[in-house]
Amino acid sequence: MRPVTIAGVGMHPWGKWGRPFVEYGVHAARAALADAGIDWTDVDLVVGGETVRGGYAGYVAGSTFAQALGWNGARVATSYAACATGAQALDTARSRILAGMADVALVVGADTTPKGFLAPNAGERWDDPDWLRFRLVGMTNPAYFALYARRRIDLYGATPEDFAAVKVKNARHGLANPNARYRKEVSVDDVLGSAVVADPLHLLDICATSDGGAAVVLVSDRFAKERGLTDGVKVRAISTVTPTFPQTVLDMPYLSTESSSVVPAGDATFKESLARAAYEEAGISPEDVDVAEVYDLSTALEQDWIEDLGLCARGEAEQLLRAGDTTIGGRIPVNPSGGLACFGEAVPAQALAQVCELTWQLRGQAEGRQVEGARVGITANQGLFGHGSSVIVSR
Amino acid sequence: MRPAVEGWFTTGDEPALVGSQCRSCGHVAFPKETVFCKNPACAGDEFDDVELSRRGRVWSYTDAQYQPPAPYVPRTDPYEPFAIAAVELPEGLVVVGQVADGFGTADISVGTEVELVVEPLDEELLIWRWRPL
Ligand SMILES: [Zn+2]
Repeated sequence: MRPVTIAGVGMHPWGKWGRPFVEYGVHAARAALADAGIDWTDVDLVVGGETVRGGYAGYVAGSTFAQALGWNGARVATSYAACATGAQALDTARSRILAGMADVALVVGADTTPKGFLAPNAGERWDDPDWLRFRLVGMTNPAYFALYARRRIDLYGATPEDFAAVKVKNARHGLANPNARYRKEVSVDDVLGSAVVADPLHLLDICATSDGGAAVVLVSDRFAKERGLTDGVKVRAISTVTPTFPQTVLDMPYLSTESSSVVPAGDATFKESLARAAYEEAGISPEDVDVAEVYDLSTALEQDWIEDLGLCARGEAEQLLRAGDTTIGGRIPVNPSGGLACFGEAVPAQALAQVCELTWQLRGQAEGRQVEGARVGITANQGLFGHGSSVIVSR
Repeated sequence: MRPAVEGWFTTGDEPALVGSQCRSCGHVAFPKETVFCKNPACAGDEFDDVELSRRGRVWSYTDAQYQPPAPYVPRTDPYEPFAIAAVELPEGLVVVGQVADGFGTADISVGTEVELVVEPLDEELLIWRWRPL
């Protein structure tokens, strides 16, 4: 796949600001355009990440941002892919640029989130798995994270102290990040002393929900040459593959998996396949990666992702963690931004925020959290309804 | 009292989850498939009900120490935490359920054998649960 140039990135700081999501999106968009040195009037495609509630597409986005920035005649598209929304929006922009149908694409995602657990929309829906999981079993999102975490403990010998160490690391990474919501050191005792939400996960093992906005500007080769932007960070791969049948790993919001009775399970789980498709598209392998931004909805999930991305063998992520390999300065730093641990989740913006961070890392602009000499970065996330993504960027 | 969702499980002395089996490829699904077979290599659209094994092994487990949001309906006031198990059945699928009344996370590990029981979900509805053996 031909690489596409990232001309600019920008964010609105994550927090609990309680303002309309459009404000965060416009702020991030203007920051990304300023970063690129490109005028809004030069943008000929706007792709918005759909802002969602509890997994449901809710608010028009592409045209909302275009109108807020002032109608400029650009074409619009809107993407919904749960946690992978931003990556899918980026893929739409990349596709139109590679097809020669756009020169300057602005991709925006932003969210204003409610307090507490993400819960389904109101009303009785006895045929909706996302409603039934709460009504029949009381399965919250943290309960799913806890099931995965427990398997790490029972199968690989991970401990709650290991999970707490992930939080300690990410809290330290995010200390100097101006866009992070939480910028405070956390100790292992802080994590283990916080309330257990879903055994074995404590309150501080689980990410919050946040307000925030992120934007990325992609440009065509023609436009990049014209404006001298050709040495920018490049998008090398965007994987948004869906699972393959049978999907045998329990997945939100379902109460069951598909059966492997007739067709045996494949050799890669859904999350592994997201990464494999990205590596294949970029023509690189896990050994080539210098830095990773992964979706640490829980501390233990970061450990799962490290293995899903092939950065170590299955069951060995705790060895990396304990050796300091995943810390900035280590062999393969993970979540130098501070991750969701420091940001909290702003669903339609989050996958774009990962790309923003890697862009700063690869440019050497990640002040106070720089992974020295990073040239190749990978992102990963997974959300509801078979959505997930992995993006690879390089210098 | 009646099952929380009609047709999802049987009641009585030996209750079982009721899944579907595709008449074309034999794929078993729970909850029941009613429209199209999920096997991408199968165009089947006719299914038979099939009772799933009553026993399986714990794939993983947790508990709900905070009261889940609506539409979850708490059974007691104040709220009392309950345990949850994801159980792998011989049919090759994992099914989540609460752990039977009187049992908690201390009673199970990954791999523990459990059996399906039917217990009250609230004053009107019944639900399947997993009881450690
Ligand atoms: Zn079939």
